[in-house]
Amino acid sequence: MFYGTDLKSRLMLGTAQYPSPQVLREAIAASGAEVITVSLRREGSAGDAFREILRQSGCRILPNTAGCHSVREAVTTAQMARELFGTSWIKLEVIGHADTLQPDPFALVEAARILTEDGFDVFPYTTEDLIVGERLIEAGCRVLMPWGAPIGSGQGLRHREALRTMRAHFPDVPLVIDAGIGAPSQAMAAMEMGFDAVLLNTAVAKALDPVGMARAFGAAVAAGRTAHGAGLMPCRDMATASTPVFGMAELA
Amino acid sequence: MRIDLNGAPIETRARTLQDLIEEHGFADAAVATAVNGSFIPRTARETATLSEGARVEVLSPMQGG
Repeated sequence: MFYGTDLKSRLMLGTAQYPSPQVLREAIAASGAEVITVSLRREGSAGDAFREILRQSGCRILPNTAGCHSVREAVTTAQMARELFGTSWIKLEVIGHADTLQPDPFALVEAARILTEDGFDVFPYTTEDLIVGERLIEAGCRVLMPWGAPIGSGQGLRHREALRTMRAHFPDVPLVIDAGIGAPSQAMAAMEMGFDAVLLNTAVAKALDPVGMARAFGAAVAAGRTAHGAGLMPCRDMATASTPVFGMAELA
Repeated sequence: MRIDLNGAPIETRARTLQDLIEEHGFADAAVATAVNGSFIPRTARETATLSEGARVEVLSPMQGG
């Protein structure tokens, strides 16, 4: 449950960088995503077409505070987004470094506290750091979104063991892997590990065929979630025969 | 009066944020507004008076990740 909302599809899809509005529209549909992320910017040329896609998609809107580097910028952007999109959901990004786009955990916690007290449902873009996660929960967040890798890098789950630890540390908090996913296999791995959802954008938008890739990610996320529910077998160091030895002929 | 609208210096006759939005033909319901870094709700635009050098942002839904 994400702030009281249950989602059938556990893929959340970004809407930026697609080759055309038509491809974006088809990619959203092919992915099966029920949540799409959007931003607030000064009006550009393709604004009308984009708003029409949002209306037609039927998806829940998760506005972001992308590009904000300070608490004030992020809080003001969130307030503007709430009015414009009519939702209390906000993907809270407070960027700490221009090259790595990693979150500024101190400003993130402060902004999260201000926004939750103001009635927002905050989806904080964070790292796998456990203490930052705890501070965000204390600040009122009911979802955490650890990065897989730097935004747009396509490196996948760069700190897989730390993410596994985070999953174990917050067993009852919905955790969404946000950013850095480059391939469906990486999204599926996150879901197999027990993460509740995956949020991605560039891997679909920059594929040769974004619609095909959206479909692939939707299938991978669904498969990973089903696999986690089914319980994966434990790893072994040595081989163990799967075919029974009993009843085998003596042919030597 | 000289103000900054979305990062560009402009000359305006508008006295309030609502006047400015009408002057520039923004679709009233399709934008969110801030003045000098603070959010101004739609309902407060008529009473939000502009002063010389005000930094006004008028933002729309855009693609995002």
